[in-house]
Amino acid sequence: MIEIPADILEKVILHSQSGFPLEACGILGGTGNAVASHYPMTNTDASNEHFMMDPKEQFAVVKALRASGEEMQVIYHSHPESPARPSQEDIRLALTPNVHHLIVSLQDRENPVAKAFRINAGVVETVEIIITV
Amino acid sequence: MNLTVNGKPATIADENPVSITDLLEKLQVEQREYVTVELNGDILDRGDFEGATVKDGDTVEFLYFMGGGR
Repeated sequence: MIEIPADILEKVILHSQSGFPLEACGILGGTGNAVASHYPMTNTDASNEHFMMDPKEQFAVVKALRASGEEMQVIYHSHPESPARPSQEDIRLALTPNVHHLIVSLQDRENPVAKAFRINAGVVETVEIIITV
Repeated sequence: MNLTVNGKPATIADENPVSITDLLEKLQVEQREYVTVELNGDILDRGDFEGATVKDGDTVEFLYFMGGGR
């Protein structure tokens, strides 16, 4: 289970929609299983089918989270034209330990679908998203 | 050798300069081929992992590539 405030989830979806047709990506921080902060990131691949975060931005976010007493809770990205489920590449590159992976599908652009997962050693587990206010 | 690694103090049982490659091994970092390293605020090229060394008092940050695809 991961708790995401409604306004942050809305920002994630808006970021995904504004990035269309490219994949958008970002990081959510927080404590425990509760998200509290949102960091949209640059997709250096600038691709409709792939994303890769900018290491310089990654280091900056990690340090900002540490300074605010938060941890990385979620790595998110959009699937502009495919369902909200981890692809083989998503699973292969799910390397950061102890984070959730949130995927926003824009397959139906008017009705985005966000789903969360844990991915450990190639094993995918769906995680319930609790939307908080 | 006393370092700061990912914001936390870390002691390496070696008084001599240690390469980034050796440091990642000593820290038992898994899947090191997917790691990006920052040494004292500078992001290192992967090709420099063997030649760049850490010394007492250095600050090292490392994190994994964050990427994927549809």
